[in-house]
Amino acid sequence: MRPTTPADSPPVIVVEGLTAGYGDLIILENVSFEVYPGEILVILGGSGCGKSTLMKNLIGLYKPLAGRVLIKGVDVNSHDETELRQLRRNVGVAFQSGALFGSMTIAENIALPLREYTTLAQETIDRLVRLKLSMVGLAGYDHHLPGELSGGMQKRVGLARALALDPAVVFFDEPSAGLDPVTGVELDLLIKDINAAMGTTMVVVTHELLSIFTIAHRVVMLDKGERGIIARGDPRYLREHSTDPRVWNFFNRQPSFSRGGENRYGQKNL
Amino acid sequence: MALADNMTKTPADAAHCSVVAEGEQGREITLRLAGRISLDNRHLLAAKIKALLRHYAPHRLTVDLGGIEFLDSAGALLLVELEEVARTASLPCDFVRLSEASRRLLNLIDRQALAAPPLKALAPPGFLDQVGQITRTILHDFFALISFAGELLRALVQAFLHPQRVRWQYVLFYMKRVGVDALPILGMMSLLLGLVMAFMSSLQLKQLGATVFVSSLVAIAMVKELGPLLTAILVAGRSGSAFAAEIGTMMVNEEVDALVVMGFNPMHFLAAPKVLAAMVVVPLLSAYAILIGILGGIIVGVTLLDLTLFTYVNETRKAIDLFDLISSLFKSLVFAIIIAAVGCQRGFQVKGGAEAVGAFTTSAVVTGIFLIIVVDALFAIALHYIG
Ligand SMILES: Nc1ncnc2c1ncn2[C@@H]1O[C@H](COP(=O)(O)OP(=O)(O)OP(=O)(O)O)[C@@H](O)[C@H]1O
Ligand SMILES: [Mg+2]
Repeated sequence: MRPTTPADSPPVIVVEGLTAGYGDLIILENVSFEVYPGEILVILGGSGCGKSTLMKNLIGLYKPLAGRVLIKGVDVNSHDETELRQLRRNVGVAFQSGALFGSMTIAENIALPLREYTTLAQETIDRLVRLKLSMVGLAGYDHHLPGELSGGMQKRVGLARALALDPAVVFFDEPSAGLDPVTGVELDLLIKDINAAMGTTMVVVTHELLSIFTIAHRVVMLDKGERGIIARGDPRYLREHSTDPRVWNFFNRQPSFSRGGENRYGQKNL
Repeated sequence: MALADNMTKTPADAAHCSVVAEGEQGREITLRLAGRISLDNRHLLAAKIKALLRHYAPHRLTVDLGGIEFLDSAGALLLVELEEVARTASLPCDFVRLSEASRRLLNLIDRQALAAPPLKALAPPGFLDQVGQITRTILHDFFALISFAGELLRALVQAFLHPQRVRWQYVLFYMKRVGVDALPILGMMSLLLGLVMAFMSSLQLKQLGATVFVSSLVAIAMVKELGPLLTAILVAGRSGSAFAAEIGTMMVNEEVDALVVMGFNPMHFLAAPKVLAAMVVVPLLSAYAILIGILGGIIVGVTLLDLTLFTYVNETRKAIDLFDLISSLFKSLVFAIIIAAVGCQRGFQVKGGAEAVGAFTTSAVVTGIFLIIVVDALFAIALHYIG
């Protein structure tokens, strides 16, 4: 249940006519959507359709070829240093593969944003680090190096680091991919809890259907051929009522490059 | 409602939280918390609460959370800490009027996990430990180098026995990287070295009226020592490091593991082409460096010392013989093997992450140059007795 409906308050993230790509290669063309405060928006779509590309444009790592992205009214490609710093303080990003600093211990990785943006005493920082670690189920791993952790554990530390400052907006690239089903579900519940407890706005990239139905308030579905959004809205509604075969196939687990079989609509699959 | 706008967290937030105490000193009190309790103002609140508790010294504490508009996890941690303080002072403490959001957040905090010690201590090793560890590292390193050399030798022998199995396109690629791409910088350095050597020695030899010996001095120095040495040091810096970084990054990304499980021998696949390429181009680079160095000498000799081109070249030819040249190129060949092998071996040693790649790349260059100097000294002694 989401306590606020989209129309209640102005959007936190506004994407206006975004065209994204690499050099001459256009991946997404003229994409627009909004994310509202306290909402969990899931970006989904087949592999290679540009989800990570979209996310990197949303957080200002790549400069859009056209259009713009505003987070709380601030253009993520703004040149105003103080404005950007304020933005970065309020945005947490968990990368697809963790992106931990290999030379720092887990505790130091998580403490990094706390050191940069607050003037807390070391003792308090240590406690906050332990709190975040226990939230992602890794209590006690303070002094390990990232290299000593498994891939899924590194990913959870990445999440803990993204949450270190309790940011108002959090981006996750594939939070539960590569985790065992139980840990994956626990992570989903954590995401839900944090969202409900602190009203954190979240943009999540994921393929996991279970995850999508657990956490998503709303989804935006991208398509490679279309180079844009082919569906948006409540995932449960889309599962039952979408008339677009690509959307229906996704939610009902139909293979998209199957062996020449036919899907529900009697059309030949590609 | 906790879903309030929590975007603009500024220091002004401090004003957005408050705590007041109600009750009698030494009796039961109620702390009423209100506003936004977050990372930015929790320290202020913590100080205030501490002062209030000291002032009232209550026997029973009730904390009213009804006025809280927004609580983040740092704020929730403050509440947990308050609870702990109360418990250690055996002061009964209750939280009342929790909002749903605050309750969920407090439930996320695992009190046991917070108190448990880390799984791994962060104690710095003692002096003896360190000495032992360094000794072990050095010994281990030595054996690793030797066994790597053995494996490499086997790979090279196999390459000669089955040349069709060598990935020649990679050998060519690395020949370009190590050789052709190094020509401009090596040429520049050798020319300057030749010029400077000729000029500096001419200043001394002029006093003896023996400027003609400048040519033999430059020739002997370039051929016997400086040509191969300069080339080797340059290649170690340019290519030894590149080999280590390339293979090291592949180690970190599990690319080398992927090769192994697909049945490739990383030694054949990654190291052999690099070593073969270096063996071909480094002697050629040395010859090139020698020529350009001598050219530098000629420029000084002809323009500043009134020597004719003919005299200079003649003197040069008299100073060195074929044996010098061949032994120098052979020495270059040995240098090439050392540089490429050390670069690859250091790359294969990488474990962990980006920092390890950096450390082993440095080590590839340092070890490479060190071994070059040692081998150069050995050559000098050996050639002295042979020649
Ligand atoms: N650095 C790059 N340079 C050029 N093209 C790229 C680059 N990164 C990605 N692409 C292309 O952009 C497209 C989208 O890639 P992206 O990584 O955004 O996919 P994705 O939706 O995140 O896929 P997945 O679910 O597999 O992670 C792909 O077709 C890919 O070939
Ligand atoms: Mg991706």
